[in-house]
Amino acid sequence: MPDIQQLEQTATQIRRDIVRMVHRAQSGHPGGSLGCADYFTALYFEIMNHKPEFNMEGHGEDLFFLSNGHISPVWYASLARSGYFDVDELSSFRMIDSRLQGHPATHEGLPGIRVASGSLGQGLSVAMGAAYAKRLNGDDSIIWALTGDGELQEGQIWEAAMFGAHYKLDQLIVTVDRNGQQIDGSNDHVMSLGDLEAKWKAFGWSVHTFDGNNMETTLRALQEAKSRVGQGQPQVLLMQTEMGAGVDFMMGSHEWHGIAPNDEQLEAALQQLPETLGDYSINKQ
Amino acid sequence: MWDHYQAYDKKATRDGFGAGLHELGQKNDQVVALCADLLGSLKMQAFKKEFPDRFIQVGIAEANMMGLAAGLATAGKIPFTGTFANFSTGRVYDQIRQSIAYSGKNVKICASHAGLTLGEDGATHQILEDIGMMKMLPGMTVINPCDYAQTKAATLAIADHDGPVYLRFGRPGWPVFIPEDMPFEIGKGQKLKEGKDVTLMATGHMTWYALEAARSLEKEGVDAEVLNFHTIKPFDVDLLIESVRKTGRLVSAEEHNRFGGLSDMAAQYLALHQPSPMRIVATQDTFGESGKPADLLEKYGLSPQHIHRAAVELL
Repeated sequence: MPDIQQLEQTATQIRRDIVRMVHRAQSGHPGGSLGCADYFTALYFEIMNHKPEFNMEGHGEDLFFLSNGHISPVWYASLARSGYFDVDELSSFRMIDSRLQGHPATHEGLPGIRVASGSLGQGLSVAMGAAYAKRLNGDDSIIWALTGDGELQEGQIWEAAMFGAHYKLDQLIVTVDRNGQQIDGSNDHVMSLGDLEAKWKAFGWSVHTFDGNNMETTLRALQEAKSRVGQGQPQVLLMQTEMGAGVDFMMGSHEWHGIAPNDEQLEAALQQLPETLGDYSINKQ
Repeated sequence: MWDHYQAYDKKATRDGFGAGLHELGQKNDQVVALCADLLGSLKMQAFKKEFPDRFIQVGIAEANMMGLAAGLATAGKIPFTGTFANFSTGRVYDQIRQSIAYSGKNVKICASHAGLTLGEDGATHQILEDIGMMKMLPGMTVINPCDYAQTKAATLAIADHDGPVYLRFGRPGWPVFIPEDMPFEIGKGQKLKEGKDVTLMATGHMTWYALEAARSLEKEGVDAEVLNFHTIKPFDVDLLIESVRKTGRLVSAEEHNRFGGLSDMAAQYLALHQPSPMRIVATQDTFGESGKPADLLEKYGLSPQHIHRAAVELL
């Protein structure tokens, strides 16, 4: 049985890391990162069979692909906290000469990253290529992928959706961060996504919904998804989250999609997020 | 007699790709082929027939195809994507840029029907900007072989090269003149004819025309040197500079816009290392149109006579 309380503490520390990283860089995307902290914690600390010693090809292990690359802070914090690299390196986020680029990249060799993302709509296709390779290799590990919901406005997503169903990529579990927000406002305001459940179903996917800001429901949803692997259908999980989750003044709007807190806002945020695993130290280069 | 490059057959360069890919399927079980609903046009049938598990039909969805290729490469596969040059580049530029080039993926982008010689389908499909787009991407190798035999050799060679490659070839039947056993080395140009009066450099289909021009120039007492640049990037600077240092003048010929292609590359290196008079035989910043390949090449200034006249202008 997973220790829910311990996972919640890890998620809280990751949220602290996110806010501190974005504050120090005075740029980055805290909103979506905070909203997905529970999902990343569940994946990296409980659900995935993965190897922090990191091998690009990833044979025999579950792989994760982030399509909405702008929420790099939550990914970097999750990778560091699960042993891919030293947590102190988080202090180099978005700095010059860093491996922690504004959007995830392989170019600087950061362990845990298998493809660059940031220009939206591409990660699902890449994840499917990796899933197809696993099938060719007779490797039944799982490919996990996360996309934003605003990102579903990109046409390539639906090319990929057709492909996944056509080839019955049942090793693939895609999660959509359904926070309903994007840069210019809500999805409904900017470009309605309509009935996402019906759309994915019409594309031939197995569709499931869960509350992604609750560790218990998140764990249960991901475990259930794992149990459905190999049943001839790709899966999409519509994960209800709140942008900014965990920091009260960042929640409830799109305003904190891509701005950094000032010193006072940082303090206010950290007071809501108690230190649980020890903060990373600032590496003064 | 210098002229041992006689046409011994007539075949399309895309057939060379198909033959090379099929052979690769037998040689290397990591090779995977993807196709966006142009199986026959890309001559991928033989590969598909013999290796159905390693052939992935993606439908009319080129952006997805590039992402799939990046994912396959991440897992150690060697993916070869197949569609027209237009849909292999401009349509999917950002996918190539982010998921393949910036991510350093070992993907081979194989592009047929490049240039005017696509013919009757017209300008929507006749891409003349693709070399420029692809050579701009850091780390991208850009190859445009000159005939069937060389395209086959190039297809085999790029599988052994670790890194993204753009392989450009064409639709029409074209003289085959490169010996089957001629070595193909990525990044190394080939001196097809020694000469002292003018250097004719070419890539792709235009290499045969450069040889034709050298023949007609010879009848007028002009001794042209002919260089085949099957690889545009990395560019064989030494071969070009050594040649122009000797001849003092350069004509470059390509089935591509004068901006962005082989001529650009040559002009930059000449300006830096060996400033010399130069003429460019290429399309003049224009789109193409429908017509028969040979007629189009003539109309847009890409015939052997155009190369010949450009050389004479420099003398």
